[in-house]
Formats: sequence, structure tokens, C-alpha cells
Amino acid sequence: MVKITYIEFDGTKHTVDASPGDTLMSAAVSNSVPGIDGDCGGNCACATCHLFVDGELAGLVKEEEQDMLEIADGIRDNSRLGCQITIDESMDGLVVNLPMGQH
Amino acid sequence: MAITAPNHIDAYKVALEDIDMSDPSLFQRNEAAAYFERLRKECPVHFSKGSDCGPFWSITKFDDIIRIDKNHKLFSADSSHGGHLLGYEMWFKSDPDLQLPMIIAMDPPRHDTQRKAISPVVAAPNLSKMETGIRDSAIEILNSLPDNEPFNWVERVSIELTTRTLAVLFDFPFDEQKKLTRWSDVAMSIPGDGITQSWESRKAEMMEMKRCFEDMWATRKTNTRGYDLVSMLATTLADDAMSPAEYMGNVVLLIVGGNDTTRNSLTGSVLALSQFPDENQKLRENPDLIPNFVSEAIRWQTPVAHMKRTALEDTEIRGRQIRKGDKVVMWYVSGNRDEDMFERPFELIVDRPRARNHLSFGFGLHRCVGNRLGELQLRIVWEEILKRFKTVEVVGEPVRVFSNVTMGYSNLPVKVTRY
Repeated sequence: MVKITYIEFDGTKHTVDASPGDTLMSAAVSNSVPGIDGDCGGNCACATCHLFVDGELAGLVKEEEQDMLEIADGIRDNSRLGCQITIDESMDGLVVNLPMGQH
Repeated sequence: MAITAPNHIDAYKVALEDIDMSDPSLFQRNEAAAYFERLRKECPVHFSKGSDCGPFWSITKFDDIIRIDKNHKLFSADSSHGGHLLGYEMWFKSDPDLQLPMIIAMDPPRHDTQRKAISPVVAAPNLSKMETGIRDSAIEILNSLPDNEPFNWVERVSIELTTRTLAVLFDFPFDEQKKLTRWSDVAMSIPGDGITQSWESRKAEMMEMKRCFEDMWATRKTNTRGYDLVSMLATTLADDAMSPAEYMGNVVLLIVGGNDTTRNSLTGSVLALSQFPDENQKLRENPDLIPNFVSEAIRWQTPVAHMKRTALEDTEIRGRQIRKGDKVVMWYVSGNRDEDMFERPFELIVDRPRARNHLSFGFGLHRCVGNRLGELQLRIVWEEILKRFKTVEVVGEPVRVFSNVTMGYSNLPVKVTRY
């Protein structure tokens, strides 16, 4: 089990037990974490799993993901789409922040 | 017994190659679903010679639609190639005065800059400012409805509410707000459909709308504190990022995008619950299901039936050869009934899992920018309906509109009773 903490915009924390192979989106959605949607089911096609994550994960955006990030609100240098980050053991303890709303 | 396509006419009588889904009358008679069911089974990538709209490919399976919607580099929405709708050339390109460039019919890079300018007006911070006003409107509208006496839900509720929300978005004078609805209906009208009678009269009304919004632009250029769409566009964009023609086009896009779509989803949500009384009961017993029900109702109704693209290179879909320049039509209204994606797809299921994974807002760069505003209006209306109406009963046949893109109603006879 890999522990991931999602912090909502108002500061509310949710820590979930994810499995390697989940994505940051699927782990949130299957644990009903508010503030992350995944309307396209993980297809990099809706930008409703927008989140902020620090460290080296922030720099790993591919072109397909960047194209979709452009339609999210309030994107920053550490913006990612949760469906494009596959969880592995090294991410145990990872903290991600959620935007005010998905669009 | 599984529920299949409604009004089940014999969609297998006609030869496959003669099926033409661009025919608006199929949708008005509620017969399109039966044809789409056949196409999904027998010919999921279907070539049609077309009639008024010219030849096009129909894409009817969920997976193929999302793949095409995502692939803006290969499948273009740009007006220079033919735009985003069947018959686009007929509506927009035939008359230079009506050339209205809008982001829905643009490719990057121009698309991206302009979408970023529009997006904040319907993003989360602005929506939370609008919520109280939308609720006040909903309450006033619902309280004004007669008790236990039939009325047209479309006119009294669906049009009324969406018009008021649009007027707020544009900070449009209250006593003239019906013009917004009228202009939106005219923009989407094919003369002879009951909205406009001729291309000339349609153009005259579009030109009146153009003049009105040009005046608003001129007046609000320096209104840096306005959070309405016109002020935001007028003050925050340098001239070369949005031309006067593009401003007009994007204004029309937002009026249309925010008008009949939400209207028809709201009407459809009432019709759907009347057809599935067990689901109505489930919703009333558990109002927490409202947000999920809203998504499911938007899937069930699919207010925008299709979006069109033009292939920029030769390509292949499911073994069919698509040539550069071919028109490819994503039938959202079919993908939302794809039995490979949705269990019992013709049924409204208010607690359907993953109800948000529908095609009604599209996917990819052009995904509906107002989708959260549409959902917000529906959620608020249903919260207020469940508080005050014991029953909401459909008491007559719905009248559907004549269109191959607008899936909607002009009449839904309804009776409500109060607690």
C-alpha cells in the first residue's frame, strides 16, 4: 500500500491507501476524495484531474498532457494531470494539492 | 427485458449505404436512436454520401469518438477546413457578413489564447459568485408555477432559467434578456424549422445582434471591474489576440453554448424521471444523489448530438480508410448509448457509477467550457424542486426540435403538486 495525501483547496486533508499501478486520479476517485473528477476516465482528455505536485514529478509533463493542461484553470509550474501519474512504491507519503475547482 | 431504442422503427429496412444521419427529421421523430444502434453493431465507421451537407463519416462508438476528439492535430475543427458542424458551410460560410470565427471552430495556437480569455467567466471562482443569483431565479420561477394545472415546462422553467443566467453572464439588461434567447435560437436555426422563415430574415436578426454586442464592447472597453464576459474580453485582451469579428463569434458561441444545451438538459431531466418512476422514487428518497443524477440526465439527453471534424491527413479508423479532407462526425448521442461502455444505456439510472464519464460535453481541447455552469443550474433547480413539489408529472407528449445537432424540446406538458 502506498499512502497518498490529497489536500483540498480549503486545507482539508485526505490520506488514502493506493496500490502501485493506480494513478493519482483513480486513487482519488475510488476513495471519493472531493475536488478531483476524472471525467474522461483517465484518457488525458478532460483536464478535470488537475493537481499540484512538487519535486521531480512536476517536470515530467509530456506534450499530450501539456495540451490538456492549457484548458485547466490557474495552472502553475507544478501543475500535473493526476491520470498521467502512475503510482509506485517510491511515492509513499506523497502530498498533492488540489485546485479550487475542476473545470 | 432490456430497454432498447425508443420508437423502434425498422432501421434495418433501408440499405446501409442509404442511411443518412444528417437528416434532422430523424431526430425530431425520435427515430435516430434505432439507426445508431444498427450502425454501432454493423458499421461503426459509416460513410454517407449525405444530402445537403455533403459526404461524411459517422463515428458511433464511444471509444472511437473520444480518440478522435482528443486528436486535434489530425482531426481539425477549424473553420478554414469546414468547421465543427454538419452544414457549417451553409450556416456560416455562405455569407461574408456572417463569418463569425469562434473558438469551437479554431485550432491552436489561436484557439488556446482565446479560450484562456473566456474560461475565467465560467471557472470555479466566478461560479460561486453566481450561485446565489441562480438559486434566487430558480425559486422565483418555481414558485410562480400553477398548482395541479398543465403548463409548458420548456417555456415556464427551462427557457426562463437559462435566459436569466445568460443575462447575468453578459450583464444584459433584465427587460431585454429574451433577446439573448431569441438570438441564440436564430443562430442555430435552419430557416423553415419554425424559428426563422428565410435566410434573409435570419441574417437580419443576426446583424441586429451584432450591432448590439459591438455597442456593448465599445461601452465596456474600460470597465476593468466588470466580471461579465463582455467586460472581461474588452479589457483584458490586446487587440491582436482577438479581432472584432472573433469577439462577435465568441459572444455568439457563449450565448448558444449556454442556452439551448442547459435548457434541453433541464427539460430532458424531467422527461427521463417520468419514464423511470423507480428512479424518481430513488432520487426523492435520497436527494444526495442530485449531483450524480444531473450527470446521468446530461448523458441521457445528450443536448449536442454531434461535432464534426475534418481529417488533415489520410488515416484509418477500424480498418476504414479516411482520406485527407474527409468530414468525420462524432455522434455523441450514439456514443452515450454504447452498450460496450454503459450498462443498460437507454435507462436513466440516478446512482449510475461513473456517471460523469459521458460524451455530452465532448473531450479534448474543445471540451465544453461552460460544463460546470450547466451542471450548477441543474443541481440548483432540482434541489429547489425536491423541496417544494411533491410531484412533477409529464401529462402529454414532448415535441422535439427539427435538428441534427440540437437534441431538445419545444414543448413538454407538465403538472406539479406542492407539499
